Order: sequence, then structure tokens, then C-alpha cells
Amino acid sequence: MNPNVLLAIPLLPLAAAILAGLFGRAIGRTAAHVVTILGVGASFLLSASVAAQLVGGEVQVYNETVYTWLISDGIRMEVGFLVDHLSVLMMCVVTFVSLCVHIYTIGYMHEDPGYQRFFAYISLFTFAMLMLVMSNNFMQLFFGWEAVGVVSYLLIGFWYTRPTAIFANLKAFLVNRVGDFGFVLGIAGIVHYTGSLDYQAAFAAAPGLQGVMFQLTDTWSVSALTLICVCLFIGAMGKSAQVPLHVWLPDSMEGPTPISALIHAATMVTAGIFMVARMSPVFEYSEAAMSFVLVIGATTALFMGFLGVVNNDIKRVVAYSTLSQLGYMTVALGVSAYSAAIFHLMTHAFFKALLFLAAGSVIMGMHHEQDMRKMGGLARVMPVTAITCWLGALALIGTPFFSGFYSKDIIIEAVHESHRWGATYAYWCVMAGVFVTALYTFRMIFMTFHGAPRWGHGAAHDAHDAHGAHGGGHGGHGEAPHESPWVVTVPLVLLAIPSVLIGFYTVQPVLFGDYFGSAIQVLEKNDVVAELGQHFPGAYAFALAGVMHPPFWLALAGVLTAWVVFHWKPAIAGAFATRLAPLRRVLDQKYYFDWFNENVLAAGSRRLGRLFWKAGDEFLIDGGLVNGSAGLVGALAGVLRRLQTGYLYSYAFWMVIGLAALLGWFLIRP
Amino acid sequence: MITLQQLLTLSGILFALSFAGIFLNRKNVILLLMCIELMLLAVNFNFVAFSRFLGDLDGQVFVFFVLTVAAAEAAIGLAILVVLFRERRTISVEDLDTMKG
Amino acid sequence: MLVQVLFYAFSAVLIAAALGVVVTRNPVHSAMCLVLAFFTSAAIWLLIEAEFLAIVLVLVYVGAVMVLFLFVVMMLDINVEEVKRGFTRYAWLGWLIAFLVIAQIVGVVWFRGLGIDATQGAVPLPADYSNTRELGAVLYTQYVYPFELAAVLLLLAIVAAISLTMRRRPGLKAQDVARQVAVRREDRVRLVKMDAVTRDAPAPRQDGEGKAP
Repeated sequence: MNPNVLLAIPLLPLAAAILAGLFGRAIGRTAAHVVTILGVGASFLLSASVAAQLVGGEVQVYNETVYTWLISDGIRMEVGFLVDHLSVLMMCVVTFVSLCVHIYTIGYMHEDPGYQRFFAYISLFTFAMLMLVMSNNFMQLFFGWEAVGVVSYLLIGFWYTRPTAIFANLKAFLVNRVGDFGFVLGIAGIVHYTGSLDYQAAFAAAPGLQGVMFQLTDTWSVSALTLICVCLFIGAMGKSAQVPLHVWLPDSMEGPTPISALIHAATMVTAGIFMVARMSPVFEYSEAAMSFVLVIGATTALFMGFLGVVNNDIKRVVAYSTLSQLGYMTVALGVSAYSAAIFHLMTHAFFKALLFLAAGSVIMGMHHEQDMRKMGGLARVMPVTAITCWLGALALIGTPFFSGFYSKDIIIEAVHESHRWGATYAYWCVMAGVFVTALYTFRMIFMTFHGAPRWGHGAAHDAHDAHGAHGGGHGGHGEAPHESPWVVTVPLVLLAIPSVLIGFYTVQPVLFGDYFGSAIQVLEKNDVVAELGQHFPGAYAFALAGVMHPPFWLALAGVLTAWVVFHWKPAIAGAFATRLAPLRRVLDQKYYFDWFNENVLAAGSRRLGRLFWKAGDEFLIDGGLVNGSAGLVGALAGVLRRLQTGYLYSYAFWMVIGLAALLGWFLIRP
Repeated sequence: MITLQQLLTLSGILFALSFAGIFLNRKNVILLLMCIELMLLAVNFNFVAFSRFLGDLDGQVFVFFVLTVAAAEAAIGLAILVVLFRERRTISVEDLDTMKG
Repeated sequence: MLVQVLFYAFSAVLIAAALGVVVTRNPVHSAMCLVLAFFTSAAIWLLIEAEFLAIVLVLVYVGAVMVLFLFVVMMLDINVEEVKRGFTRYAWLGWLIAFLVIAQIVGVVWFRGLGIDATQGAVPLPADYSNTRELGAVLYTQYVYPFELAAVLLLLAIVAAISLTMRRRPGLKAQDVARQVAVRREDRVRLVKMDAVTRDAPAPRQDGEGKAP
């Protein structure tokens, strides 16, 4: 494999980002989007060709260092690429979704004054994400990890004049810091125990660490591997928004919709999933850490889904859906079905990006109105958006033959097969999650595209006021919703194709055809995917058989419930809301996570900081050490200055006192 | 025959008296200077006594230098006194407290 | 025995004179007491065969320094009445310390010992011994540089005393010969160029020196 090609894949978007970012004003809007789209497009084509060569067996797995940054105490910090089946899949997904989002952005952001800046950011993000997935060492992984975090921060706060956006990006940054702290500790643990930042060396050393214990206190020790894995997974929890570090993701919807699709649905949030899959040779040896992963994922999958049912903001519904689906992936990781997790990651990237972009299209059509209660009946005015959104929704809930069906059903089967601690809990969670997924997805579909239109004079007007920062240009359009321009609908169609088809065509080779090879390592006793593969009947037959499985019926029940409650008889929804008011309140408050963070963690640390400030800084250091020593010197000097009378005889007096003392000592000295 | 003890005692008494003079006198800087001369005399007594009783002339040479320095000191001290009196119209020790802390 | 008697007598006078210096209210009397103290000291030094220093003490102190003192005392217009108000309330402390120091010195000298036998008298010197010659022999050989330094010190004291006390009165008129000699023509004479004055036309008005004849 040509290293120059590999270098070009991340560096082209970087160059485009620099061009558009630093010289955006000089080159203008059109040039900015042309150059970034060309950069990302070329990157996608190169990734695709590399993937084709690799899958076709023309080239071998590439694992080389291209640049040594520094060597410190024997630890090499390098830039290198590991391009195997796993990373090449990620590269294709990232660049393809990124390309779609780039094109879509032309339409979505065309009124925004920060047009060039936005393109620079998303290109920069593409670069950072590619560095992350192509890395062959922990240093570069961490660089990409933080770089995508920074771009995510910049993009959530893209409309930096909105206080809510600033709050949201700060929240995202802070929550991610918690996760990243764990991640850094995990990497430190790897370096400590294996002495290398390189994947290959670290993975090779992992089996030998099985019996190694880490002494936490004198009497309490844990397995070093478990500790490392849990720390690394805490990093993944932050980036992939798993409970309880998920709180930033719904708020990140303050950013423009294209980045919600790109960063907060398709790519960046899956970095955690990718990372754990990449670390499979390490995670495999820690049963406890895997159970931890499993329980966290299962909890996220089910309980975040519930929140999607009660939310009215179209983007937030999709965001909670993302959380729930990330939970599914994490569950798959937890039962050692790494390939299933990555498979779901891929299919999810397409259909979730599609759903987000469709939501963005709806928002544009509604003149930046995001409240679903003010929508309805949009299918007639936005047919392309509605159809693609339907396809995405069907994929999401796991309709047979759609891509989501294969990935999700495999995960559920894998959980069913697994005998790991917590697998039973996870199984019930993901089963219930299927119903919930269908419920909130079709609630969104029905409320947005069907039923009586609820958009009237007032609604659109309010929206204009609320989004006055960038919505002013819509004044000439009138108030009726309208279909989006072709730059928006083309990416929808582009994304709809893989959302529907990719599962059918790739499930057999990716999951059961030894596609990943050595990229993902699973111990034989844990290999639930292989077990499934033994009686996998083929994609077509599997889909047909899927109709007989409970998940299909659960999904159907969810759709029907959504239809009945939110479309046919909306009164039922109201009745439920009043009947189950306490439950509703818990869901509205998002299980009080934000409340807990703000009132316990933040307030607690504020109080602690205040205590340290008052007691430690002001009282002890300022009062005691600084002013205290100065005051002591002052007081002492105040006493001593009395001795400085200025009269000659008093000085003489003291001299003679000294003389007398000296003589006295001379007298009594032994 | 005069013993060393007698001479040392005498010089001690002289020294103590001159010190008492410095301490007691509050009105007159000239008296301070005189007391210093007296003090130096007491010191010279010690030098001469030890020089004689140890049979070493160096002590007396030292007295010679002390006398020289004392003369110079008296000259400059009195000059300062004159300038001081010219500036302040007083030589009272109690008025001279500009070094007060 | 005679020496002992003389010593005690002179010592008594010396202590009395020193007391007089301290307690006398009038500065002139103090100075006189000091002169007496120097005289008796010289006498005691003679008794212990330090003749040269005894003579020097009388010559330098009584002859020069004390005269200077008296001169200053009398030159300065000191309010004797004020000076006479004398000691303050801390007088007792001064005396206490003084007697403490005396007691300590006596204690050290008489009871503590000095590492040498202080109860012995000095070794008597031979009859042809010249204290002055011996002292001179040391002073001009071994101590010649310190001796020179002492001379410089005295010179310095003279210069310092004069420069301190010399008065420069403002408004005093005096000739500065150096400046008189250094004067140049340009400082005294100024040449002014003028137009020729014609009879029919009035002289053009000029500023300043133009009108001057």
C-alpha cells in the first residue's frame, strides 16, 4: 500500500480546511465549499480504492510508522497508520457521510455568515476523525480523539451568539473531559504495563497481563487489565455518550443540523465504539470490564429510548435515538460481538445521518422550527424528505431486508447467545428497546409528516423570532413549508441507498465471512458471532425468518402504538400523560441527570472550591502565610521600633547591657 | 608595688563612671564627648597596665595610636557640634532624636 | 610602700575627678575635672614606668584636646541654666548599671583570674632604661606604616574639621582672581552693526540698541 496515498487521505481535508478557514474571506463562499468538497471527495475516493484493494486481496494490511515525533525514555511517540479491514471500513463511512454532509451544508447553511468557517470546521473534523481511525498507536489515537472533541466543541457552539449554544458546547467539553480523563488513565496503564504506545506491541503483551494485579490500596487490588479496560471504556463512555456521561449529546443539538448528522450521529460518537473494537485483543481478557460495558450499554439502549418518546424537538428525538443505538453497539461490544457492533455502527451511520439530514431538511422547510407539535402533514409538501425519512425510519426500527434489521437482529441474537454476567439484563433491555425505538421513531414520523398540519401563522413567526440570528433571510419565502433544494435532497437520496441496501449485501461477508480477520480478536469461548454464523441461513432467508422472531413483532407493535396514540387518537397520548404524570416528569427531566450534575456535582465542586478559596486561600494562605507573616514582621517591628528611640543614651544603655551580660557570662562560665 | 589587679580595677571604675555619665547626661553633647574621652582613658589604662606587666611594648604603641585617634575624634566631634549648634541653636541630647524609629 | 600610697592617693583623685566630670552641671567645670583626671592618670602611668605616654597624655590631651574642648564650650552660647537641670528620672538605672559593671569587673579581675598572675607587680626596669627610646625604636621600625597612617588620619581630621565648620555667608562680596584672569574680550565687548544715518530722511526706527548713541 502506498503510504503517500494513506497520507493524502487525512491531509487533503486538512489542507482544504486550512484553505477555507484561514483564507475563507479571500476565496469567497463558493470557492470555500468547492475546495472542501473536493478535498473530502478525493479523500473518499482514495479510501474507497484502498478498501477495494484490501478487500480484493491486492494489498496487505498496512501497519507502518511514517513519522517519529519524539522518543522519550524508550517510549516512541509516532505518527503511523494501521490500515486493515476495520479501519478501512471506518474510513469509507467517515468520508462518505462527510461528503454527503458537505454537499448538504451548501443548502443548509447558505444564509449563514459563518459559511466558510463551517466548511473549514467540518473538513477539519474529517481530518481529525481519519487520524483517529487510521492510527496505529495510542498517541495518535488520543490526538484524533481530542481533535474531534475540539471540533465538536467549536461546532456545537457554532452560533456563538446564542447563550444556549455556548452552554451546550461547554457542557459537551466538560463531560468529555471526564471521559477523557479515564481514557488518558487507560493509555497510561497500557504504557505502564506494556511499555509501548504501539497497538501491535500492546496487544501482543495483553495476554501476558492476565494475572497481573494492580494494588489500589494495601488490601484491595484489581486486575490490571480490568482497570485499563474500564478506564479506556470510560473514555468511550464520554465520546460515545453512554450513561451517565451521555448528558452532553442531546444538548449538542444546539449546533447546526449537518454537524449533528456528521459528528453527533454518524462518526464522532462512534469513535468510542470503534476504539473498543480496536482494543478487542485487550478487552477480551477482562471478563469484568466486558460485563461493565454490557450493563452500561444495555442501560443506555433502553432508557435513552424512553426519553425519545416524550421529547418534542425533532432533533432531540433523533439525538436520543442515537444514544439508544449507541447503547446497542455498546451491548454488542459487551458480548464480544465486536464485528456486530462495527456492522451496526456502519449501518447506523448511514440511516442516522439520513434521519438527521431529513430532520434538518424539515427544519429548513419549516423555517427553522424544531418543535414537532407545530408540524404535521409535511409529507405532501416535502415528498423527497418524507420518503427518505421513512426509509431511514424503517431501517432504524429494523424492518426486514433494511440495513438496520440485519445489524440490530444480529446484536439481539448475540446477546441471547452470550452467557456473560449481565447478558440476561441486556437481553431484556435490547428487546424492550426494539419496541421503544419503533414507538419514538414513528411518533416522530407521524407527528412530522402526517396528520393535520399544525403549522400556521403564529408558529413560523415565533420561530423566526427565536432564530433571528440567521433566519432573517427567509422573509421572502412566505410562511408555508417548502421542499428543500437539490443540494439537500441529493445527500438524502445518496444516504438512503446504503441505509436500505448495505445490510443485505454486506451482512454475510462482514459478519460471518471473516472480513475483519486479525483486526478484531475474540477468544473462542466468547465468540458468539461465530456461533450465530454456524446456522446463518444467508441474508435473504434470515430476513424472511426475521418475520417470525419476536423483535419484528415488537417493532410492529411499536409502530402500531405510535400510529394509534399519536396519529389516530392523539387524545390517548394526553390521557397517558396525565395518568402517568410522575413517570412523565421523570422522563421530562431526563432521569434527573442534569439536575444531579448541576446540583450535586457542579454545586458540590463549587462549594468545595469555595471552601478551599475561603479556608485555604483567603484564610490560610492570604491571611496566614502572606498577610500573617507580613503582619508578624510588622508587629515585631512595631515592638522593636520602640527600642529605636533616637536618643544616644538609650543606644549606649543597650550597649552596656550587652557588656554587662558578657561580663556576667564571663563570671559564671565554668 | 602596684599590682595588675589594682590597675584593672581602677580602669573598670573609670569606665563605669564614664558610661554612667553618657547615660545620665541628657542636656549636653559636649559632656558626652568628654565621657568618651574618659572611656578611652580607661581603655588606655588597660593597655598600659598589660604592656608593663607582660613586658611587651606593643601595648604602649597601641595607646599611642588610641591617643591619635582620640584627638582626631575630638576635633571632628567638636566640629560637628559647632555645626549642629549653628543649625539648631541647641546641643541638648534630648532634642537629637532624628534616628527615632 | 610610698608607691602604694601615691597610687591610692592618685586613684582617689582620679575617681573623684571622673565623678566630677559626670555630675558637675556646668560644662566648664566638667572640662576642668577632666583635665584633672588626665593629670592624675599621667601620674599613675609614671608610677608604673610608662613615662613617654604619661608625658604625651599631658601634652596632647591637656595641652591640645582639652583646650579645644574649653574653647568650644566657651564659644557656644549654651544656656547653662537649662543644662543644669541635669539628670532625669532614669538616673538610678544608670547608676545601678554602672555599679553592676564595676562589681562584675572587680569580680572578674579579683576572683575569676585572667589566666596570668595578676597579683604580682611589674618587673622593675633597669635604671638606664629609656622608655621613650624603646618606644621610638618600635614605632619607627615595626609600626612605621601605622604611624604614617596616624599622621594622615590627623591631617584628615584637620581638613574635615575645617570644612565642616567653615561658613559661607550668602551675599558676601569677594574677588575671584581666577575668573578675573580668565575673562575674554567677547564677554565684555559686543559689536553692533548699524546702517548709516542720512540727514533728510528720519533715522529708521530700530529696536533696542539701534537707538542708542
